[in-house]
Amino acid sequence: MADVLLDIRNLRIEATSYPPGEPPRDVVLVDDVSVAVEKGRVLGLIGESGAGKSTIGLSAMSYGRGGVRLTGGQILLNGREIRTAGMRELRSLRGHEVTYVAQSAAAAFNPAKQLMEQVIETSLSHGLMPRAEAEARAVDLFRQLGLPDPENIGKRYPHQVSGGQLQRVMTAMALCPKPDLVIFDEPTTALDVTTQIDVLAAIKRAIHETGVAALYITHDLAVVAQVADDIMVLRHGKMVEYGTTEQIITRPSEEYTRALVSVRGIEHAEKDPSVEPVLRVQNVTARYKGTNFDVLKNVSVDLPPGQTLAIVGESGSGKSTLARAITGLLPPSQGRITFAGRELSRELKARSKDDLREVQMIYQMADVAMNPRQTVGTIIGRPLEFYFGMSGEQKRVRIQELLDQIEMGRGFIDRYPAELSGGQKQRVCIARALAAKPKLIICDEVTSALDPLVADGILKLLLNLQAAEGVAYLFITHDIATVRAIADRIAVMFKGQVVRYGPKSQVLAPPFDDYTDLLLSSVPEMELGWLEQVLEHRKMESAGN
Amino acid sequence: MVHPILKLVVQRVALGILLLLAASVLIFVGTQILPGDVAQSILGQSATPVSLANLRAELGLNDPPVTRYFNWLSGVLQGDLGTALSNGQDIATAMGRRLGNTLFLAFWAAIIAVPLAIVLGLISVRYRDRWPDKLISGVTLATISVPEFLVGYIAVFFLAVQLQWFPSIASVYDGMTLGERLYAISMPVIVLVLAVLGHMMRMTRAAILNVMQSAYVETAELKGLSQFTIIARHALPNAVAPVVNVVMLNLAYLVVGVVVVEVVFVYPGMGQYLVDHVAKRDVPVVQACGLVFAAVYIGLNLLADVISILANPRLRHPK
Amino acid sequence: MRRIPLAALIGLIFTGAYFGAAIFAPWIAPYGMAEVVGDSWEPWSSTHWLGTDTIGRDLLSRMIWGGQTTIFVAAAATLLSFSLGSVLGFTAAVRGGWVDQILSRTVDLMMSIPSLISALVILSVMPVTLPVLILVMGILDSTRVFRLSRAVAVDITVMDYVEAARLRGEGQGWIIFREILPNALSPLVAEMGLRFIFAVLFISTLSFLGLGVQPPMADWGGIVKENKEGIVYGIPAALIPAFAIATLAISVNLVADWILNRTSSLKGGRGG
Repeated sequence: MADVLLDIRNLRIEATSYPPGEPPRDVVLVDDVSVAVEKGRVLGLIGESGAGKSTIGLSAMSYGRGGVRLTGGQILLNGREIRTAGMRELRSLRGHEVTYVAQSAAAAFNPAKQLMEQVIETSLSHGLMPRAEAEARAVDLFRQLGLPDPENIGKRYPHQVSGGQLQRVMTAMALCPKPDLVIFDEPTTALDVTTQIDVLAAIKRAIHETGVAALYITHDLAVVAQVADDIMVLRHGKMVEYGTTEQIITRPSEEYTRALVSVRGIEHAEKDPSVEPVLRVQNVTARYKGTNFDVLKNVSVDLPPGQTLAIVGESGSGKSTLARAITGLLPPSQGRITFAGRELSRELKARSKDDLREVQMIYQMADVAMNPRQTVGTIIGRPLEFYFGMSGEQKRVRIQELLDQIEMGRGFIDRYPAELSGGQKQRVCIARALAAKPKLIICDEVTSALDPLVADGILKLLLNLQAAEGVAYLFITHDIATVRAIADRIAVMFKGQVVRYGPKSQVLAPPFDDYTDLLLSSVPEMELGWLEQVLEHRKMESAGN
Repeated sequence: MVHPILKLVVQRVALGILLLLAASVLIFVGTQILPGDVAQSILGQSATPVSLANLRAELGLNDPPVTRYFNWLSGVLQGDLGTALSNGQDIATAMGRRLGNTLFLAFWAAIIAVPLAIVLGLISVRYRDRWPDKLISGVTLATISVPEFLVGYIAVFFLAVQLQWFPSIASVYDGMTLGERLYAISMPVIVLVLAVLGHMMRMTRAAILNVMQSAYVETAELKGLSQFTIIARHALPNAVAPVVNVVMLNLAYLVVGVVVVEVVFVYPGMGQYLVDHVAKRDVPVVQACGLVFAAVYIGLNLLADVISILANPRLRHPK
Repeated sequence: MRRIPLAALIGLIFTGAYFGAAIFAPWIAPYGMAEVVGDSWEPWSSTHWLGTDTIGRDLLSRMIWGGQTTIFVAAAATLLSFSLGSVLGFTAAVRGGWVDQILSRTVDLMMSIPSLISALVILSVMPVTLPVLILVMGILDSTRVFRLSRAVAVDITVMDYVEAARLRGEGQGWIIFREILPNALSPLVAEMGLRFIFAVLFISTLSFLGLGVQPPMADWGGIVKENKEGIVYGIPAALIPAFAIATLAISVNLVADWILNRTSSLKGGRGG
């Protein structure tokens, strides 16, 4: 093991937590994790939020964020122990031997300084090269990373370049001092999927061409599979599985890893589209008050009863705005929305109680979708009271039925939201929607904030409930895998318009329009060499044009 | 093409002028339309109806309020603040000297308080949650919890009476040298400094802490830069705007503290002048003083706004 | 019931003691409010624990009676500023649009003049009586309560659970009292403590300037004014109210901090 660059052994990381109104206590964030990175290789650290992957990543610089303490084990960098090293030694290695690329480059750049100053700062402060050489190297890196106008982009300030570009500049900043190891901490997570692929490709190329070793941290296994040579799967601060990328992707041995690899273990047969729709959106156009820009342009979609219409798009595509128009929160300026054969009035206030009851909504963040001061019983019971005038024993029995339906114990009736897990919270929100006996439930990114295993459970529950209750779903998401799993019909949205619409089997089959092609081909697939194939394919296409 | 910063600054200044105008209406309305009769209050309960009517006519109280407001405002704009009811003096003349005295006092208080607050704020941040921070925060909490006039008397009791270091009354007169003058106002300056120091230091601490906890300071740390470089090159340029903002807001606060402190030390300034004439129910003087205080207060707040705009890199280097 | 931290306990005891003394002043005060019982500025003794004041009244009794006035005026002004400020603040947040615009701009305007200056301007034409003082202080201070409650309510109204209630078709009453209020309560209660302290300082300052509580009624600011001449002779009578005001202010602060901490996070736990 002569060329081992970073060797972390039995790492233990702790922090002090301060729960309100209680004495502070120590919590273990990472326990007994060992990681090794050889020169020139890329190790992917993968796990959900709270798995400790960023914490481990930063430990390679012997850095604990916000009171996090590296309390045990060894961290050997180029053979010397750095966990217990003094500040002076750490300063000399940070930004020189090891560098860091943060998730949000927009926050990580100093807003008051030009990009070039920040990119070459370490090269100068560590005395690695003269200014002219550092600047030349930075421009080279800008070019290598595919940034526009590489000669001059360094003169700009952080807010003057886009998010995807900023992420590449940050990569250049990390590579400029010729480090041995770069830590990439979710560098593409904050980006849209079509931007992500370019940044990912740029990072991969830069790693390859500079021969640097890297720790690549992400929650997305398909992403890391494109970049990493080896992968470590983490959960709750402990190692689950460690192996080569090829082995993890094709022959995962742990159940958790298998769940991550298989993504959606749900099969769903497309239902017959030739039914009278329960929801019909016709030529809807809408804009926000005080703006002169239509966020929805002439949108028309149909949703048959008991079926699922998925609205797919990137941030800013107008998919959530469509939900607001249907619910009446954003009255459309033009167009009609017909529900169960009657036209819904544009304004929320003008709608009848039945109109309100029959369209329910579930949100992305179950945390803030429930009043923290109300018990589960109150949350689920309120629609029963409000729409059906239930009270006392009758209401209690119905709440218990609903708890059974969402596969939660009856004992939860007196709990508060803060006492529930993420998945349980989302289930309670589903129960609250079901309590109204709706014909349509709008699901806005309901699984995006959840662990994949938990998300799977929620999707299965939604499908079972649809089969049992005949409720239709308008399912808003940016996640193509989820769409594949549960949709009957799909509408692809781009800049406020529906660019492709129809039954799932048709929408997801060629020939594609340009945007859908770009969108679908940009979604990372759990496959080695996928990135190269896509890039190759795109290159051929653009050459053909 | 007008630079967007210029546009914003002009907008903000226009807003400030509008606000001052509205404040003048408020002050006028507050003194003229409330159910108190100026003539009655001047002449007292024993006044005869005839003398009341005469005085009302003399003061122009029979004109409609809008007319009276515009008469007053046009006078103010020409530097004519009217005459005092109680002694018939020209208000602008009487106020001129006093305003000078007040600004002199406020200036020296600011000269001491601002650097002190910033240094203490920096120390608090540097030793966050350790004893220097806790000590500073405890002492400043105490100074915030006691009203200025009490701080004044506590200071008089110990510094002027027990230790006899400073005079307990801040009397100034013509012909004093600067040194004598400074010695005379040393007590009110100490009290004013104590009064604003707490707020200023706490807000400075919060502003710097906010910058120190930002992601770009972490980036600088992960670049292995020295503590000094991090603070000088990454934290300070971004902390200047919020700190200056804090300072301005507290200077505005200082303007109010002056009123009480002048009364405590019998200092011939604006505050003393205002309080005396409130007691005498001398409305024109109260209006004039109120307007001047409001103008200074609004002006300092405006300055704080403008500085924040100028310091914002997003606005300075538009896309 | 969780354990009360020491600081909060001390705060609670002192706050309780001051309020108790204010309420039971007639039974506790050894002498009458304006009763002359000795020479001027007698030193501390077993008959006059805090000595006597400038015209020979028992200072302890003056402090207790004065505390009653100060605390009563401050509490009444706080109650007024609170009911006014929070109701208008919530209304502005929930209604939005022109209602919010009018209320917010009015408050901006009122806050553009320092409140002490506004109070002095108004008191120059109004009779200085307790109801007027309470009204003036309450209204001027309600601007700050308005800003806070509006900000808190705006934060809450954008929460998905409030949107969910709107979509359900709930009325404004349910939304304000069942969805927003329970979640806004802890910052508001803590703010109430701060506003009360501010009112104590404010009324004391006005009385000290001779424009607050009028003699022969006692209040803490007035006691300072009456006895300030003594200071030059080294008689600390005027400093006793300083001690009272400071300890009251700090203890209320400690209680407010505790309430805020105990129920701070909207997402974290059931708090209260």
